[in-house]
Amino acid sequence: MEAAEQVSVPRDMGGGASRRLRERLIEAALALAAGSSVFVLLGIFGVLLVNGVQAFGTGDGVSLANLSADERAMLSEAELAELGRHTEHAPSVGADFLFSSHWNPTSSVTAAYGVLGMVVSTLIVTLLAIAIAAPVGVGVAAWLAYVAPPRAREILKPILEMLAAIPSVVVGFIGIVFVGPLIARVFGLGNGLNALNGAVLLAVMALPTIISISEDAIRAVPKDYVQASLALGADRWQTLVRVVLPAGASGILAAVMLGMGRAIGETMTVLMATGNAVAMPGSIFDSVRTLTATIAIELGEVPQGSRHYHLLFAVGLVLFVMTFVVNLVSDMVLRRGAPRPS
Amino acid sequence: MTLRERIGFTTLAAATGALVLLVFALLTYIVSGGASVLSWEFLSQSPRAGMTEGGIFPALLGTFLLTILTAVSSVPVGIAAAIYLVEYAREGTFIRLVRLSIRNLSGVPSVVYGLFGVGLFVHALDLGISILASGLTLGLLTLPTTITASEEALKAVPRSYRDGALALGATRWEAIQTNVLPAAAPGILTGVILGLSRAAGETAPILFTGVAFSLPKLPTGLGDQFMALPYHLYILSTQHHDIVRVRPIAFATATVLIGLVAVLNLTATYLRARARSRMHA
Amino acid sequence: MKIESRGLDFFYGTAQALHGVTLGVKTREIFALIGPSGCGKSTFLRCINRMNDTLDGTSVRGMLTLDDADIYAPNVDVVKLRRRVGMVFQKPNPFPKSIFDNVAYGLRLGMKLPRTELEGRVERALRGAALWDEAKDRLSASAMMLSGGQQQRLCIARAIAVEPEVLLMDEPTSALDPIATARLEELMQSLRAAYTIVIVTHNLQQAARVSDTTAFFLHGRVVEVAPTDTLFTRPRVKETEEYITGRFG
Repeated sequence: MEAAEQVSVPRDMGGGASRRLRERLIEAALALAAGSSVFVLLGIFGVLLVNGVQAFGTGDGVSLANLSADERAMLSEAELAELGRHTEHAPSVGADFLFSSHWNPTSSVTAAYGVLGMVVSTLIVTLLAIAIAAPVGVGVAAWLAYVAPPRAREILKPILEMLAAIPSVVVGFIGIVFVGPLIARVFGLGNGLNALNGAVLLAVMALPTIISISEDAIRAVPKDYVQASLALGADRWQTLVRVVLPAGASGILAAVMLGMGRAIGETMTVLMATGNAVAMPGSIFDSVRTLTATIAIELGEVPQGSRHYHLLFAVGLVLFVMTFVVNLVSDMVLRRGAPRPS
Repeated sequence: MTLRERIGFTTLAAATGALVLLVFALLTYIVSGGASVLSWEFLSQSPRAGMTEGGIFPALLGTFLLTILTAVSSVPVGIAAAIYLVEYAREGTFIRLVRLSIRNLSGVPSVVYGLFGVGLFVHALDLGISILASGLTLGLLTLPTTITASEEALKAVPRSYRDGALALGATRWEAIQTNVLPAAAPGILTGVILGLSRAAGETAPILFTGVAFSLPKLPTGLGDQFMALPYHLYILSTQHHDIVRVRPIAFATATVLIGLVAVLNLTATYLRARARSRMHA
Repeated sequence: MKIESRGLDFFYGTAQALHGVTLGVKTREIFALIGPSGCGKSTFLRCINRMNDTLDGTSVRGMLTLDDADIYAPNVDVVKLRRRVGMVFQKPNPFPKSIFDNVAYGLRLGMKLPRTELEGRVERALRGAALWDEAKDRLSASAMMLSGGQQQRLCIARAIAVEPEVLLMDEPTSALDPIATARLEELMQSLRAAYTIVIVTHNLQQAARVSDTTAFFLHGRVVEVAPTDTLFTRPRVKETEEYITGRFG
């Protein structure tokens, strides 16, 4: 043995520098790709911010709205129109942006830049959609997770997932040709392009998200809880309502919030289905215009670099912050409520 | 079974059944509305007479080209990011930040991606209103989907494929390249196709970055504008001067769009099923 | 000594899995590691080719050498180490490739052999693993088509194709039926002529049948190392005796 030991010449184990360098370079490139998601998120925020803040503050001080009636009377029609065309001459944009519901950025005389009406419209449509989608979605999820035979589940789930695959522009189209007219007939309205129409459609779009995540949450509830409840003499329905759903509550809440996040950001559907009247909505039968729809309608018409252009980025920033907060909260709820892996 | 259970579970089953019926009803409604117009000519011809006649070929082609650009701009980065997250990353601040970003990116509204595309690609990078700007914008939109799906596919590859290769003296990248990626490829492809099918149906991100109402000729370069199916449907159903007259064309366009998305989804589902049965063989 | 471990400690995070492991493996012997589950024998095995490096948060202290060269020295290229120290896993893990491509896998890493040489070395490896006769007519068939025993021999062929000096075997027969196990044990006897083999096994009879030296592990410590005959017939330590007579583990 000792002889053999001496014969075996130790082979080297060091070196391999070029191969190791290649590995390092590849790893660095992959890390860069992973890091790109951070850059993109920061980039989106940055582009919105940089463009958005330029909308605020005063222009060069000469503004139509600031002129007195006398001063205005001294100007010719042509001068008035000229002043109006230059958005720099518009009134300053400040706190009104968030707290006023008057939005009329293109007007030469009564320009106003308040997004409150759109924020309220967005919230009304979204909350109404969630009010419809949450009970239905959680009910369907409960049936799929708690009652349905596995075979039925296997067949039905992909069908429900198809709902998520329908492009939003097609859903909007359905709102125009089907749901809207239906609402108009049922409620005796002139037309059905209103908040309710948008909400119904958004509910349908939010359903797949709510169903799939709630279902996971309900399935994650330990079987012991169910057994314990049944052993105490509760029937299966009581067990579902009093034990399973409360135990899965955080996941279900997260599902609903994610669905809400999607609904807030949905553009084409509400753009096509809600009528787009710019005003503070009074009822769910009013035509409304959401934040998303405003951007979609107006961005095509504004000259780049104008105040109106920057305002739309500010609107985008409001939208970004709203969805960011909703998603972050749902994420935190999901994480906190998730059962710790053993 | 108590009466309470019977009523409760029947209600839940009815809700599920109603939703499934709704899916079929919507699809049938759209398809039957467009059936009279659908034909080979509808797919292969350009719109004529102010879109009241002819087909949708330019929009179909535009969506096809746009989807390819989307894939090119997002798939390599997305897969690379997923490889890093699954194969290399060690928990730490950087990784937590990356995961947080990915989760939040997937929640960013598509119209905000559109704004970003306008601000960055169209103006700051001066790509102009072009198919390239639209493709890049949609690429970013698809990125979180691609990453997440690729991660799932990579995680499904048995650890023994990696360990076996490493024990034979493969470097980490060699093990990934030769053993992990081939095994994960069908899963990655499935996720990529699903992501692209979503991108193909998007309207808001392309609205101001490159899509056009109507074009006299087909796009020939990356700087050209293009027509796209979803936008075409939007125009036909809300912006056209004779909305009632073009309604059947709108229905048919919606049918084609749904058909396109359905084909992509079914392909993805088929690939996933095949990959699963193979892995268990 | 081919492999020498002196005072080797190993940690998963803060949990210590090995405590001062000291033993020596001679050239071209079969060295068995036995002990109850969780005693650290597999962990020790995976230190020898540094497979534990692939797990997060592990650390090593002490000395582990191959031909008197420190395995954990900072300048060691693990890739080169693993080409000298091959490994066969508990569960056969053929890659989802053809039989030929499985065996050729290591030969294609970082080098480009002419086709004829590649074929020759694949054949030699398959013969060495006693799989040639069964596989020669279907080299391009998927390795997944082979039986469990054949798959494990394929994994051995794959490991010896790169001509390592040491073969680590981590319970290589635990997933095999008795006939396949017997064939594999036979194979190990023939491999001993060319390789130093370190085998982890749960099966005491197997250790007694195939190995020259046996080390008994308990709670991350080496309780006793001795020539296999001695350890199984006249154990010096009480725990060893209790274990081999089946009183625990």
